[in-house]
Amino acid sequence: MQKMSSAATTAETTNDALHAVRSYPGFLLWGLGQATNGGLGFYVWMFMLTAISLVGANAWANQVADGMIVTNMTDHVSWGLYIANFTFCVGLAAGGVMMVIPAYLYDDEEMHKVVIVGEVVAIAAIVMCTLSVLVDLGRPDRFWHLIPVIGRVNWPVSMLTWDVIVLNGYLLINLHIVGYLLYMRYLGRKPNPAWYVPFVFLSIIWAISIHTVTAFLYCGLGGRPFWNTALLAPRFLASAFVSGPAFIILVMRILRMTTGYAAPPGPARTLIQIIRVAMSINLIMLASELFTLFYTGGAHAASARYLFFGSHGHYGLVPWIWTAIACNLVGTALFFMPEALERGRVRIAACVLCIVGIWIEKGMGLIIPGFIPSTLHEIVEYSPSLTEWKVTAGIWAFGILLLTVFLKLIATVFTAEMIAGSALPASD
Amino acid sequence: MIADNNTADQQQNGGKGEPLLPILDQPSTRRTALKVAGAALGLAAFGKAFSPLMVIPENVSVDEFLQQHYKELTDEDKKKVFARLEAETREDYGADVTISDPRPIPGVRFGYGINVSKCNGNGKCMEACNKENNHHRGVDQSYIRVLEMSKGSMDMEQGSTTYDHTVPQEDKFYMPVQCQQCDNPPCVSACPIEATWQEDDGIVVVDYNWCIGCRYCEAACPYHARRFNWELPEIPADEVNPEQGYLSNRIRPQGVMEKCHFCLHRTREGRAPACQEACPTGARVFGDLNDPDSDINYVLKNKRVFVLKEELGTKPNFFYFFDS
Repeated sequence: MQKMSSAATTAETTNDALHAVRSYPGFLLWGLGQATNGGLGFYVWMFMLTAISLVGANAWANQVADGMIVTNMTDHVSWGLYIANFTFCVGLAAGGVMMVIPAYLYDDEEMHKVVIVGEVVAIAAIVMCTLSVLVDLGRPDRFWHLIPVIGRVNWPVSMLTWDVIVLNGYLLINLHIVGYLLYMRYLGRKPNPAWYVPFVFLSIIWAISIHTVTAFLYCGLGGRPFWNTALLAPRFLASAFVSGPAFIILVMRILRMTTGYAAPPGPARTLIQIIRVAMSINLIMLASELFTLFYTGGAHAASARYLFFGSHGHYGLVPWIWTAIACNLVGTALFFMPEALERGRVRIAACVLCIVGIWIEKGMGLIIPGFIPSTLHEIVEYSPSLTEWKVTAGIWAFGILLLTVFLKLIATVFTAEMIAGSALPASD
Repeated sequence: MIADNNTADQQQNGGKGEPLLPILDQPSTRRTALKVAGAALGLAAFGKAFSPLMVIPENVSVDEFLQQHYKELTDEDKKKVFARLEAETREDYGADVTISDPRPIPGVRFGYGINVSKCNGNGKCMEACNKENNHHRGVDQSYIRVLEMSKGSMDMEQGSTTYDHTVPQEDKFYMPVQCQQCDNPPCVSACPIEATWQEDDGIVVVDYNWCIGCRYCEAACPYHARRFNWELPEIPADEVNPEQGYLSNRIRPQGVMEKCHFCLHRTREGRAPACQEACPTGARVFGDLNDPDSDINYVLKNKRVFVLKEELGTKPNFFYFFDS
C-alpha cells in the first residue's frame, strides 16, 4: 500500500493520519501558512526582505516607464550589473549539485539528509537568474516572444534560447524533486524512488549544462576576444562549485543559529573538501588565462590590461578585480586551514570571502571588460547606476525571501515528521 | 502526542484564515489579525511599487501587444499595422508619415565600398544618416562611426571616433564603419527570437515590433553596428522624415535594437543610400554585387580591397579599398 506507483492515487488511498490535508495543492497552502509563522525576529527579517524587494520592484517599474536610459549602460557597454549578477546566480544554482552528487552518486547518508537545502538554494537562485534577465530586457512586455510555440524561438542556433530552455528546465526539475519529497514526508510516507531518482540524476547533468550553456553565451562571440576562450565554461563550473557550496554552508549556519537545527558535521566537511579542489582548479585556470593573455600581449589582451591595470587613463575596474583576487586568495588559504573543517569563524570568513571574490570575478570582472575596449577599440567606462543597484538588491532580497519560505517549510515538515515518530534528527 | 501536534497545526491553519487557507475553520487569533493586516499593507505597497508599469497599457495597444512576427504577417495584417503606426506617429510626433515595405529586388545583392584614400573624415555621412533615418535628436546618433586612424597603423586601438578638429589631419586617415551586412552575421545567430534576419539582397534587418531588447546581438556584433533605444527617440515634427520603411527608418519604439539597413527604403527603389548621396569626397561606392557592370564590381575587380576583421569569418558585404 505504501508503494503505489502514482503519487495521486497514493495520496487518496492511504489512511495514516499525520495530517488532515491530503491533496498536493492543499499541502502547498498548508506549507505557505506554516512558512509564514514565526517569532518577532522572523517577521522583522521577512519585513526587511519584502521592503527591499519592493524598492527593487519600484526601481524596475520606473526603468520600464522611462527607458533603460536610467541605467548606466550604453551602446558601448551594453550589458552591466544585471547580466553580471545573472552569471553569478547561474553558478549558485549549479553549485547546489555538489550536495546532490555525494548524496546520490556516493550514497553519503548524512549528505542525503540535508541535500534538500542544496536543491532549494538552486530553486531560489534560478528565480534570481530569471529575474535578472527579465529586468535587463528593453521590452519586458514582449516576454512571450521567448516562449516556445506561441513565440518564435531561434533554436538551436541562439545560445540565449538554449539558456532560457535549460534554466527553466532546471527550475522545473528541482521544483518537482523538492515538492515530491516534501509532500511524501508530510504524508509520513516513504518516497517512491521511481518518482524522483531519475529526476535527481537528470538534475546532475542539467546543473552542469546550465552553467556550460551560460558560458557558451559569452565564449561563442568571436567579436569579444576577452570572452572568446575555451577555458570559460570550465572556469565557470569550477567557480560555481566554490560559490554554491560556500553559500550552502552559510545557509546551514544561519539555520543552526535561528532554528537550532544542527546538521550533522559530515556534509559541511565534504563541501569544504569540494571547495578546496574546485577553488584550486579555478585559480590554476585563472592563472593560465592570465599568462596566455599577458605573455602574448597585443590587442587580444586589451580588455585584461584595462581590467587589471587600467588603460589609456581609465581605471574603473582595477579596484574591483584586485578586491576579487585578494578575496579569492585569502578565502582559499582559509579553506585550506584545518580550522575550516570545524564550525567557527574561519570557515564563515572563508565562505564569505570566496562568495564575494567570485561574484566580482564572474560579474563585474568578466562581463564588463568584455565590452571595454569596444569592438572598435573605444574606451567607454561603466559603473552601475542607483537604479541598477536597487533592482539588483531587490532581486537578491526576493531570492532570499523565497529561500527563507522554502527552508521554513522544510523545517516544519521535518519537525512534524520527527514528532510523529520518525527517526530524523531535528529540533525547533 | 500526534493528536496534540495536529491540533496545534489546525489552529495555526485555521488561524491563517481567510483567502489563503479555506481548509479549516478555526477561530481567529491575534497572530491572524496581524498577518492579515501585514498582508494588506504588503499588497498596498506592492501595488504602489509596481504602479509605474501602468505606462505599458497606456502606450502599448492590444493590437501591438498581440502583433505577430513580421514574417507571419499577411498583406492585410501589414496594412493594418502600418496604418496604426502612421496614426501613432501623428499623435506622438505631430508628423504625417507614410510607412511602406519595399521588398528586395529579385536577383540583387547589395555591396558597399569605401575608398579609404578619398575619405577625409568630414562626417557628412553621419549627419545624413541621422536625418534620413529619424534618429533620436537628443544624442548625435547615426549608424556610422568614422575612425580617425594614425598613418602607419591599421590598429583600431590607435584610432579615435571622437575627434573634433578640422579635417583632414596631415598624419591621419579616415575609416567609416557601419553595418557590414555580413553573409554570416553573428547578430542574427545570437538573437533568441529571430527578431533580426538577413534578407535576400543581403541586408540584415530588425523587426522593431518583435525585438525584446535583450541586446545579445549588440554584444555579438564585432563592428559596433547595432544601437539600442535607451529612451524614446525625440524628433521635432518638422524634422521627421515622412518617407518611412517598416524595416528601416520608421521611428523606433523605446527599448529595441536598430541598425544600418543600407537605406533599403531608398536603395530597393533604385536610389542611393543617404550616406553615399551626402558624401562630398566620392569615397562611397554602392551597388549590386550580382551586376558585373556595377561600380562596386569595378572596385572589387580593379582595386586592392580588404574587409574588416576578416579572420572572424563574418563575410562582410562591405569593402574598403585604396586608390592606385
